[in-house]
Amino acid sequence: MKRTLFDKIWDAHVVAEEPGRPAVLYVDLHLVHEVTSPQAFAGLGQRGLPVRRPDRTVATMDHSIPTTALVVVDDAARTQLRTLAANCAKHSITLHDLKSEQQGIVHVIGPELGVTQPGMTIVCGDSHTSTHGAFGALAFGIGTSEVEHVLASQCLLQRKPKTLEVRFEGTLSAGASAKDLVLAMIAELGVGGATGHVIEYTGPAIRALDMEGRMTVCNMSIEAGARAGMIAPDETTFAYLAGRPHVPQGAEWAKAVATWCELRSDDGAQFDRTLVIDASQIEPMITFGTNPGMGIPISARVPSPDDVDPAHRAGLAKALRYMGLPPGEPLLGRPIDVVFIGSCTNARLTDMRAAASVMRGHKVAAGVRVLVVPGSKAVKRQAEAEGLDQVFRDAGAEWRDPGCSMCIAMNGDAIEPGQYAVSTSNRNFEGRQGRGGRTFLASPLTAAAAAITGRITDVRTLLGGAQ
Amino acid sequence: MTPFTTLTGRAVVLAADDVDTDQIIPARFLKGTAKTGLATHLFADWRTQPGFPLLTGGDANGAQILVTGVNFGCGSSREHAPWALVDYGFRAIVARSFADIFKENATKNGLLPVALPGAVCSQIERAINANPATQLRIDLPSQRVTLPDGTAFGFEIDAFSKHCLTSGLDELGYILSFADRITTHERR
Repeated sequence: MKRTLFDKIWDAHVVAEEPGRPAVLYVDLHLVHEVTSPQAFAGLGQRGLPVRRPDRTVATMDHSIPTTALVVVDDAARTQLRTLAANCAKHSITLHDLKSEQQGIVHVIGPELGVTQPGMTIVCGDSHTSTHGAFGALAFGIGTSEVEHVLASQCLLQRKPKTLEVRFEGTLSAGASAKDLVLAMIAELGVGGATGHVIEYTGPAIRALDMEGRMTVCNMSIEAGARAGMIAPDETTFAYLAGRPHVPQGAEWAKAVATWCELRSDDGAQFDRTLVIDASQIEPMITFGTNPGMGIPISARVPSPDDVDPAHRAGLAKALRYMGLPPGEPLLGRPIDVVFIGSCTNARLTDMRAAASVMRGHKVAAGVRVLVVPGSKAVKRQAEAEGLDQVFRDAGAEWRDPGCSMCIAMNGDAIEPGQYAVSTSNRNFEGRQGRGGRTFLASPLTAAAAAITGRITDVRTLLGGAQ
Repeated sequence: MTPFTTLTGRAVVLAADDVDTDQIIPARFLKGTAKTGLATHLFADWRTQPGFPLLTGGDANGAQILVTGVNFGCGSSREHAPWALVDYGFRAIVARSFADIFKENATKNGLLPVALPGAVCSQIERAINANPATQLRIDLPSQRVTLPDGTAFGFEIDAFSKHCLTSGLDELGYILSFADRITTHERR
């Protein structure tokens, strides 16, 4: 039988499946952070159960940690961080705390360390776990009850999801990036359009992406409601992973690559749905509303509630009220207050390079606050070795320590009520980046363009001036 | 987890689609280490707005059922969302559709997700809006929602979720009953 990439990984991890019941699915890698784990560890304690496979569990601190040398934001966050440290010590789980040179956002460090590998099942109490699917893994977010299940059993109960192939034909044009691909897809599917499905991204525009770009695409699968997103591994994947600390070494590496090469959908394998998008037609994208499906090409006008399906009219009107945006007007030229370059979506080295390429030699616009938050200590070191930090500092941006920071605004990094931010993160929900704050999601290039102009700007007008 | 069989109670309408978990409980309230005490943070940033059905200091007049739009609970995987809803007193959410992770999380906390077609939800909402004291009856074993006038609507639910909710089944206990097979899988 012809099988999809998803089918192959699913089949290889079903431990048991009784009629009419969900499968017992084995988990190869369990990533843990401070926010969604304390109640799970407490549940284990109440049952007197050990962690079954601490060697398959990796923890980091990322959500509520400071990104400057300042202290943790409040006592609650401090208690939560201490609780994670105590739980990891008690159960012999590797923890990348603030002192670790490998610390960073959970979805950045997994691939960096090579603990994320093709063919794996990977879970974390975090919806952006879909990021790891970029390596040809089945990776998805779970709730805290399920975190407890995995800690205790290394397994989860799962109903088999449907499959959706999203094929990106053609080649991205200058100024458009992986972020624009995925924002265009979510705008087309809608914020719930892929619910119940695992997406496999295929096509030449995906193959042409580096691993960082593939992670950006898979990261935002959840923003279309998908359970997971995945990309079949290829030479780009293997080149990224080769030599990383936790991947097989020596003769074992060649064997692993040979196995990983089988991880692709068979020719003629059937997906439940297929969506084809022409990447060459994708402009830099930006969101205008309060969910990631409310996105438009940067040169387009904000839609008017009068022009949309009646079912969406009230939601659109509510979103535009929150955003303080008049319908039917362009976004280009609108002033902004804050730029955030960071998050598990866009805080990897290539993202830092992209932002720096636009900001080099320029100053941050007057009155605009710009935070650049690398995704991990490794990204920070590499960026500093390339002098990117100096580009940002010279421009007048804040160069921070790694963490989730202003993407989720738990650590004190937040926008003020009413402020507008152009953000490379993944969610523009009401108040997501700070109570009353208003978010435009965009790529690192577009965010950097806004940083130096102080307005929503088409980065293509700054790239060599040719367009 | 409290088993769920039947529930007769008041319902409150939250007329919005794509209600994300950042609205259900904003991230700044995720710094605790317990599952309880989250009711005060439920819809924290919406409850202060005039006309919101769950006003600060109120208790939605004891409503146990929330009726809402499509894709309820999208976004973050935070289980704090169903914890906060349950802590507030909700036992069931009637919606046009649910986000995947939220639905799983709700079920694990005895919070019944009832997905019904838009036209049916609209009919239920009209009844509640006409008389806020309207009592809905939700019967999980027979998979029916009934209005006071006897109008009944069937709903679909995964058989295993239904079993877990009605029996209060311990899912982890069920998984661990396969311990030998998990070990066999690990030795492959």
